[in-house]
Amino acid sequence: MHEMSLIESVVALVEDERRKQDFSRVRLIRLAVGVLGHAEPSALRFCFDAVTRGTIAEGARLEIEQVPGRGWCGTCRQSVSLRERFAACPVCGDPVVRMTDGGELRLSELEVE
Amino acid sequence: MCTVCGCGTDVSTKAPGLGSRVAAHSHDRGREHSHPHSDHHHHDPVEGTIDFGSGIAGVDLPGVSQQRTIRIERDILSKNNAFADANRSRLRTTGTFALNFVSSPGSGKTSLLVRAVNDLKARWPVAVIEGDQQTSRDAERIRATGAPAVQINTGKGCHLDAHMVGHALDHLSLAPGGLLFIENVGNLVCPAAFDLGEAHKVVVLSVTEGEDKPLKYPDMFAASDLMLLNKVDLLPHLEFDVDACVAAALRVNPRIQVLKISSRSGEGLAAFYAWIAAHAVATIEPVALPA
Repeated sequence: MHEMSLIESVVALVEDERRKQDFSRVRLIRLAVGVLGHAEPSALRFCFDAVTRGTIAEGARLEIEQVPGRGWCGTCRQSVSLRERFAACPVCGDPVVRMTDGGELRLSELEVE
Repeated sequence: MCTVCGCGTDVSTKAPGLGSRVAAHSHDRGREHSHPHSDHHHHDPVEGTIDFGSGIAGVDLPGVSQQRTIRIERDILSKNNAFADANRSRLRTTGTFALNFVSSPGSGKTSLLVRAVNDLKARWPVAVIEGDQQTSRDAERIRATGAPAVQINTGKGCHLDAHMVGHALDHLSLAPGGLLFIENVGNLVCPAAFDLGEAHKVVVLSVTEGEDKPLKYPDMFAASDLMLLNKVDLLPHLEFDVDACVAAALRVNPRIQVLKISSRSGEGLAAFYAWIAAHAVATIEPVALPA
């Protein structure tokens, strides 16, 4: 359940931002999480309230944008959709597709006041 | 307050055997600073044990301002990665070659490390950082070999992170040009995401586990440069398809190297030590720095 420490890292990034900008409350935290990455959105949501309690992020709403998987197929020479991280190209069947999207794990936006 | 990790500066801890100390604590390049070594964790009464079981620090709330949206676009692991970079540059100054051993519980990591330390200690200075949720049993097993070992207890944590390893490095005096083995928490999922500042991740898989493990837990095998297939002395008693296992590992990571070993019989260990020697060359024989 490394999602707990991922949320702790999110809180640390929010605290960083608080040192740069003046705000007293975080209303919304928006994350971009790739579907082929190692973080599970339901586990992130599950621990969010417990981890943010007593921090600047307490009471914030968590929004997770799931980024679909895509990869570059060297044989087709085009971007193709990837349902699994190590799946073959859905067009030509080439087993080696370089993942380009879907591994994201990013704090994209905050709504603060 | 440390503006990178948020720890306080006003208390210092004296732990038996460790002493009170101020730790030079570096984060992003060029932002090194010092603070008393006190917060985030407790030094266990057991010598050389660091406990990260306690939670994150609270923060104070300032005045009110208008509601607005702030674009951040930062990688959630960027803080860990900054600590990892700091560990890496610190290890570079001593010419230390660091390996991060990852696996599920029971793959034989600690037995492998005990054997490797005994076999290699005449050739290189070896130090070990042990990660477990509880107890200092593994560090004690390592110390019995004569090698320095620091135990990190992660408490509820399921993996080591670079910040913990940075603190463990504060307690290890690394002899120049040596090896550092970091034994991660037994967990085939979470440690994959966390760079500790090591040169390579080494995944240990034992033949008493399923041969399809690389497909079921792909992140760990994708993140590793070497797979050690351990306990091969048991193969005659098992229905374990070695070729299928290697094929599965190569499917998730076409660059992974595989060595078949047994830390009990010693089979394959010479090849593993040769791998270490070959990969450590650049680290352990650093270019002479200008005076």
